[in-house]
Amino acid sequence: MADFMLQLLLTFDATLRLATPLILCAMAGIFSERSGIVDISLEGKLLSGAFVAAAVTALTGSPWIGLMAAICASVFMSLIHGFACITHRGDQVVSGLAINILASGLTIIIGIALFKKGGQTPALSSDERFRGIEWFGVNLMDNIPIIGTIYRQLISGHSLLVYMALLAVPLCAFILYRTRYGLRLRAVGEKPESVDSAGVSVAWLRYRALIIGGIFCGIAGAYLSISHGANFVREMSAGKGYIALAAVIFGNWRPIKAFYACLLFGFLDAATSRLQGVDIPLIGEIPIQLMLAIPYIVTVLLLAGFIGRPTPPAAIGVPYEK
Amino acid sequence: MNVTPPLPKWADLILLPLINLFAAFFVCGLIVLAIGENPFTALNVMIKGAFFYPESLGYTLYYTTNFIFTGLAVATAFHALMFNIGGEGQAYIGGLGAAVVALLFGPNLPMLIVLPLCILSSAAFGALWALIPGYLQAKRGSHIVITTIMFNFLASSLMVWLLAGPLMQQGQQSPQTVLFADAAQLPQMREVLGYFGFELANSPWNLSFFIALIALVVFYILIWKTRLGYEIRAVGKNQEAARYAGINVAKIIIIAMAISGAFAGLMATNEVLGVHNRVILNFTAGYGFTGIAVALMGRNHPIGIFLASLLFGALYQGGAELDFEFTSITREMVVLIQGMIILFSGALAYMFNPSLARLIARISAPKEATDG
Repeated sequence: MADFMLQLLLTFDATLRLATPLILCAMAGIFSERSGIVDISLEGKLLSGAFVAAAVTALTGSPWIGLMAAICASVFMSLIHGFACITHRGDQVVSGLAINILASGLTIIIGIALFKKGGQTPALSSDERFRGIEWFGVNLMDNIPIIGTIYRQLISGHSLLVYMALLAVPLCAFILYRTRYGLRLRAVGEKPESVDSAGVSVAWLRYRALIIGGIFCGIAGAYLSISHGANFVREMSAGKGYIALAAVIFGNWRPIKAFYACLLFGFLDAATSRLQGVDIPLIGEIPIQLMLAIPYIVTVLLLAGFIGRPTPPAAIGVPYEK
Repeated sequence: MNVTPPLPKWADLILLPLINLFAAFFVCGLIVLAIGENPFTALNVMIKGAFFYPESLGYTLYYTTNFIFTGLAVATAFHALMFNIGGEGQAYIGGLGAAVVALLFGPNLPMLIVLPLCILSSAAFGALWALIPGYLQAKRGSHIVITTIMFNFLASSLMVWLLAGPLMQQGQQSPQTVLFADAAQLPQMREVLGYFGFELANSPWNLSFFIALIALVVFYILIWKTRLGYEIRAVGKNQEAARYAGINVAKIIIIAMAISGAFAGLMATNEVLGVHNRVILNFTAGYGFTGIAVALMGRNHPIGIFLASLLFGALYQGGAELDFEFTSITREMVVLIQGMIILFSGALAYMFNPSLARLIARISAPKEATDG
C-alpha cells in the first residue's frame, strides 16, 4: 500500500513536471485567443524559446540570461504574428503556421551554424540549469507520515520555472477578470467595435496580448531545454504547443479550467510511461498510442459539442477593420 | 487621400506573387549571410542540384508529384473557404488505404486490377479522414482548423500503433509493413520511358506523376466547369447568399472536404505505391504542410499549383544538395524558405499591395492624361 502511495505520488510529481510547459503555453493561448487572435503558433514560440534558452545558456553559462533571451525570441515571434495579422490583417491561421515552420527551420539552421552538432546544443552542466529547489524543512517534515512524503515529493523539489507556471494561472485569472486591461481584452475578443468606439486602440490591445503570450511561451521553452532537459534537441516541443491549444479549448478559454485540462493531459502523459506494458486486470494492456491520443480525442469531441458546449470568443479569427 | 487605387489584374496575378516570392528569398538570403555563407553560392548549388545532374530532374519531379496532390487538397478546401491543415494526416491514412488493398489482393490478383484498386482506396481513405472534420464543421460547428490539426495527431497515433502492431512485418523490429507484391507496385518512369527507347538516370520518379497531372485537370474541370464546383465556390464566396440560392451549404462543405482529403490521400500513390512499396513510419514527411504553401503561392489555380509544386520540388531536391556542399547550411534551409513563403505569400500577401498599386497608378497616370 505504501508502495502504491509512493508510485501515485511520483506520478503526480511527473504530472506537474510534464504539465508545466502546457500550463504556460495555455496561458499564452488564452491571452491571444481572448483578444481575438487565433494562436496555433504556440508550438513555434515554444520551440524557438527552447532553442534560444539552451543556445544562449551554452554560450554565456548563465541560465538567467538564457531565460531572458528565450523570452525575447518568443516575443519576437509573437510580434511577427502580430505584424502579419493585426497590422496587415493577414490570415491568422496562415501566419501561425508560417511561424511554426519558421521556428522548425531556424532552430536547426542556427543550431548547426553555431554548434555543429546536427541541430543539438551542447549539454549543460547542472550549474547552468534551473534545478529543483529543496524547500525549507524537508527533512524535518519527513518525520510526519504521509504529509512528509507529499511535502518532499510533490511540493518541494521542483525548479523555479515550475512554480512560475503555477503562479501564472492565478495571475492570468487576476489580469483577465480583475483589471481594466483584462476587461478591455475580453471585450476586444468579443466585440472589437465597442472597444474602438470607446477610444481604445484595438491593435495595441491585441499586440499587448500577443506580447504577454510570447513571454509565457518563452518561459515554457526555457523550461524544456534548460530545466527539464539539459540541452536543445530538434523538434523538442513535439506537439506540446498544440496540446496546450487543446487545453485552452478544453478549458473553454478560462485560465483555471485550462489549468485543470493541462494537469489532466500531463497526468495522461505521466501515466502512459508508467502503464507501458502493464497488464491491467479486466482491461488488459492499454496501447500507449491510445493514451497519448486522448487529449486530441477529447478536444475533437468537445469542439463538436458532444461533451459540453464550447464558447470561443465571438470575434476570434476576424481581422478588425475600422 | 488614403484610398488605394485598384491593382490591375496582371499585377495582382503575376507581379505581386513574384514580389512576395522575392521577399521570402531575400530574407532567407539575409539569414544565410548572417550564418556566414554566400547566399548566391547556396542558390547556385540548389539550382544545379535540382536540374543539372543526370538524375536530379527525376528527383525534382518525384517531389513535385507529392506537392501537386497536397496542394490540390488545400486548394479544393480553400474554394469552399475551408482551411484544411489536415493534408498530412489524410495522406498518411491514404497510405493505409493503399496498403490494405495491396496486402489483401496484391499476391492474388493481376496488376491491372490491384493497382487501380489501391489508388482508389488511398483516395477513399484520405477522403474519409477529411470527411469527419468536414461533417463536424458543417453539422456540429467545430472549427475545421483545430479539428484537422487534431486529426493529424490522431492519424499519426493510429499509424504508429498499426505499424508497430497489427501491420508490422513479422520478425522485424522497424515499424513498417511487408514489401508489397509486384502487382501492387507502380511502374517507375525509368522503366516506362526505357520501353520507348529513352534512357533515364536512376530516380524515384514514377507513374504517379501522370496521376498527379490528371488530378490537376480533374480539379480544373470540377471547380470551374461543373455544378458542384460552382456550388463549392458559391459557398466559399458567401455562405448566406449560397443558402438563399437554395444550395445545401452543409452538404457542400462535407463534399468539398471529402474531395480535398481524396487528393491528399492520393499522395500515397507516389510515396507508398511508387517509391517505398510499403508503408513506412512518417512517409508523409511534412509534404502535407508544404501543400499549404503550394496552394497559397499557386492561388488555388491548377496552373499556379503546378508551377508552385515544381518550385518546391526543385527546392527539396536542390536543398538535399546543400548537405553535400556546405557544412553550415543544410537541407533544413528548405523548411525556412517554405516558412518564409507561407509568411510572405500567405499571411502578408497584401503587404505590398497598396504601394505597388500607387506605383503603377503613378506610372500609368500621365499616359491616360495624354490619351484623354
